[in-house]
Amino acid sequence: MNFEEHAAKPLLAAAGIAVPESALAKTPADAAAAAEKIGPCVVKAQVPTGKRGKAGGIKLAGSPAEAEAAAQQIIGMDIAGNIVSQVLVEAQADIAAEYYACVLTDAASKGPLMLFSTEGGMDIEEVADADPDKIVRMPIDIRSGVDGGALESALSGLGLGQRVAPVAGALAKLYDVYVGNDADLVEINPLIATGAGDIVALDCKFSLEDSGANRRAELAAQGAPEKLTELETRGRDLGLRYIELDGDVGVLANGAGLTMTTMDVIRHYGGEPSNFLEIGGEAYTLGKPALELVLSNPNIKCLLVNFCGAFARTDVMTEGIVNAWMELKPTLPVFFTIHGTNEEEAVALVRDRLGMEPYDLMDDAVKAAVVAAKEAS
Amino acid sequence: MIVQKNERVLVQGITGKQGAFWTERMQAYGTKIMGGVNPRKAGTTVCDVPVYASAVEAAQDGGFEIAAMFIPPMLAKAAALDAIEAGAKGIVCLTEHIPVQDVMYFLAAAREAGTWVIGPNTTGVVTAGESFVGFMPVFNERVFKPGNIGIISRSGSLGTLVCMKMVEAGYGTSTFIGIGGDPIIGSTTRDALEALDADERTKGIVLIGEIGGEMEEDAAEYAAKMDKPIVAFIAGAASPPGKRMGHAGAIVMGDRGTYASKRKALEAAGVNVLDTPSSVGDAMREAMG
Repeated sequence: MNFEEHAAKPLLAAAGIAVPESALAKTPADAAAAAEKIGPCVVKAQVPTGKRGKAGGIKLAGSPAEAEAAAQQIIGMDIAGNIVSQVLVEAQADIAAEYYACVLTDAASKGPLMLFSTEGGMDIEEVADADPDKIVRMPIDIRSGVDGGALESALSGLGLGQRVAPVAGALAKLYDVYVGNDADLVEINPLIATGAGDIVALDCKFSLEDSGANRRAELAAQGAPEKLTELETRGRDLGLRYIELDGDVGVLANGAGLTMTTMDVIRHYGGEPSNFLEIGGEAYTLGKPALELVLSNPNIKCLLVNFCGAFARTDVMTEGIVNAWMELKPTLPVFFTIHGTNEEEAVALVRDRLGMEPYDLMDDAVKAAVVAAKEAS
Repeated sequence: MIVQKNERVLVQGITGKQGAFWTERMQAYGTKIMGGVNPRKAGTTVCDVPVYASAVEAAQDGGFEIAAMFIPPMLAKAAALDAIEAGAKGIVCLTEHIPVQDVMYFLAAAREAGTWVIGPNTTGVVTAGESFVGFMPVFNERVFKPGNIGIISRSGSLGTLVCMKMVEAGYGTSTFIGIGGDPIIGSTTRDALEALDADERTKGIVLIGEIGGEMEEDAAEYAAKMDKPIVAFIAGAASPPGKRMGHAGAIVMGDRGTYASKRKALEAAGVNVLDTPSSVGDAMREAMG
């Protein structure tokens, strides 16, 4: 879960990292009022995505009138699919040097990884491509945390001079933000040194790790909610992972791997799935709402049910779908393919109660569904 | 990480619904369950084995090699550290939704102690006809028949399908290694591949990957040096980028973790990457010659 800048920066401040004075504004008038108090400022679009500057979502303002005009332009802007509804009005800073700092979860080292670069303010992916030596990479043992001495010596070759100690201090605090909040990533770009020698965070990207969020309800409430379609929201509220797609072959399967595979095989035979939706053994009672959800997609032309039960009993899952089917009485074609634990019972259910014959081969069921979808369009 | 017939298993969380249910099945299959752990029910007996207050106590009373974790996510870190302190040779962590920072913590401790970890979020490991730890349909003879094909999978449902395809094609399974669907896991695709390469019973390998992360690319480096034939399927070719596809680890970010990158790396290593898992039987016959 990503946090917008205004929600991320208080986490830095709480850990002792300096941030400029700022205020959130939902209207140009509010932005002007904030600038009146703050002085020369930066007006920044609040959206949970990067590259705001390139999109025109960050503007300098020397006066309240300029702040008002900037907010007027930025509010309502579409940045990578996010409509800007508020701006952060933040005091301008006296920038002597710009750095990049980040702590993230690294799958390769299976631990936290700290990144630092003197090429701040730039797109870090570009720095990584053009000049990878400019990025210092420091893996951290999560059991012992940051070793201050090792950190300072890693920074010592970068020409930071007297700023080594304050930068190392800020990085140690950045790690505290990461480890104290179940983060996936916390990034400051740019982290600046002011003319007076202070180290200040001008931006912050924070991402809360999904499983860790389960023990941080209060923090999670500050994050930007995942952008979901109406059907995806319905799925989430039911406790189902439903993802709406552009195709017309509806998918109901169990297990993440098998569901993805079902989509892949549909595409392999020339069709396109209309959704991702997995139901497991524990979710068999959700057969009816799951079926309703899949059928609610206006693009759907036919339905493919693919169960391969290990842990999940196929008879239980199938019964849920068969009951729901008989109750809802949809008119579109449906194709079943069922394997694994208790498949004989599951196949008998489809045969006896729906008068249909499940396909023995998954690929035959997929091919039939793709043909049916084409015929219906 | 291949569980041997004589290895003793301790079930952490044995008194829970899933723990007890699967303990009975593991026992029926021949897995040597030596005991379970639940601090609040220490001294009692469940599934005919003693319940201990901790893995450390179990180690003092007879000992065990493998800890199977049927533990709620927020208690998993403490349970894993307990098993590591008790000197476990390996841990099979079935729990899903463990905070990733907790996972990194106990994986670091395990690495230092020399304890291997399968998972989190695995469906388990099966040594066909001998032993299994986790939740897989081992009794279904259409799915698991002892044989000489090693199977590595991030997914239980898809792994089950591939095991079935092997039986249909006249093969059986030597070892099934479910490595788990989380973004940070103990034993990677490459670790599992190395274990199967060293396993004498395994003559051919099916590698079932998934979009997200770089484990398949890493495994491909090792695969290039192997003599045993490998057939692969990567799930997620039709999945949109930026969305978590059910498994926390199954997400494409930018150009990292893509289907194309994994397929290219494996094909460059001489691995036959299939468009559909249904053809895995024919592909294995061809690969085994």
